[in-house]
Amino acid sequence: MRHKQRVTNMSKEPNILDPLEVAETWCSDGRKVALATVIETWGSAPRPIGSHLVIDEEGNFQGSVSGGCVEGAVIAEAMDIIESGTPKILEFGVADETAWRVGLSCGGRIRVYVERIDG
Amino acid sequence: MERSTLQAINVARAARRAAVVVTDLSGGASQVFLEGARLQPEWDGLIVEALRSGRAGVAAVEGRSLFVNVHLPPPRIVAIGAVHISQALAELAAVAGFDMTIIDPRTAFATPERFRAVELLAEWPEDVLPSRPLDRYTALAALTHDPKIDDYPIRTALEAGCFYVGALGSRKTHAARVERLGQAGVPADVIGRIKAPIGLHIGAASPAEIAVAVLAEIIEALRSRDATGRTGGTR
Repeated sequence: MRHKQRVTNMSKEPNILDPLEVAETWCSDGRKVALATVIETWGSAPRPIGSHLVIDEEGNFQGSVSGGCVEGAVIAEAMDIIESGTPKILEFGVADETAWRVGLSCGGRIRVYVERIDG
Repeated sequence: MERSTLQAINVARAARRAAVVVTDLSGGASQVFLEGARLQPEWDGLIVEALRSGRAGVAAVEGRSLFVNVHLPPPRIVAIGAVHISQALAELAAVAGFDMTIIDPRTAFATPERFRAVELLAEWPEDVLPSRPLDRYTALAALTHDPKIDDYPIRTALEAGCFYVGALGSRKTHAARVERLGQAGVPADVIGRIKAPIGLHIGAASPAEIAVAVLAEIIEALRSRDATGRTGGTR
């Protein structure tokens, strides 16, 4: 049954600018999916609270949580979370060398919630 | 998040229904609340405020840390009149991220050949709008100059609290429109919400330039809305 579903659902192309639509389509296609969401920002942050990045188990992604500054780190974490199923809150700041090797050049700080889509 | 939750969010968004998603950040479940649905009292304050402000954020409720995300319907432009300006406006609206619908009962104007990648309805606004209601996330641009076509959607847009209502026409045309709407019982302050002559004053001359001026005025109205999502007190 699952194989049939894959074939029928794959015909619908999602709007690639809409991460939640992409996430649903990827789930229908049988891909394992994580959703990252900006939950808090301080100072100058590139993407507003509520912005989404969607990631699959191979590291494919759509959407954004920053201007491209921290996506790499979020994707790496998301791939672990797809495995474990345990959600995590990530925090990024400017030149935050101790916790993360990536940071926001704009000088802001963001927190990102990463969770697996289950079911 | 459960896949069924994700689906519920997407169904609400596709139906232009505002939705609030509450996620327990300690790893608990996510819940979806739809605008207009009945709420349990313990959720009432949080959800109503989220819908009112449109603002997402973290909230502490009974010792739990919750993330409240708000999905308001994307802004949409409804243009009355499948005219030359609408052809340019359809192209610009797509680039700027607006959904767009064009309504014109004159089948000579409303042809698929003149309008490609936009929703086009060759029907009277009176026949279309009851089943596809305007809302406060919609901008209405009346572009036919013809009161028989324009007046009904203008009144309907004012009643629905559309964040922008603009009407094409000279000052003289608009003065006659104000007169008609007043006689039809629309209060003067509500009539005053109509942007006319339509468009920001940038000296626009060609249909494409007027479309730029109209879109800029729509963006200005969208970005200067108050926290309730309205630009003026219409209801």
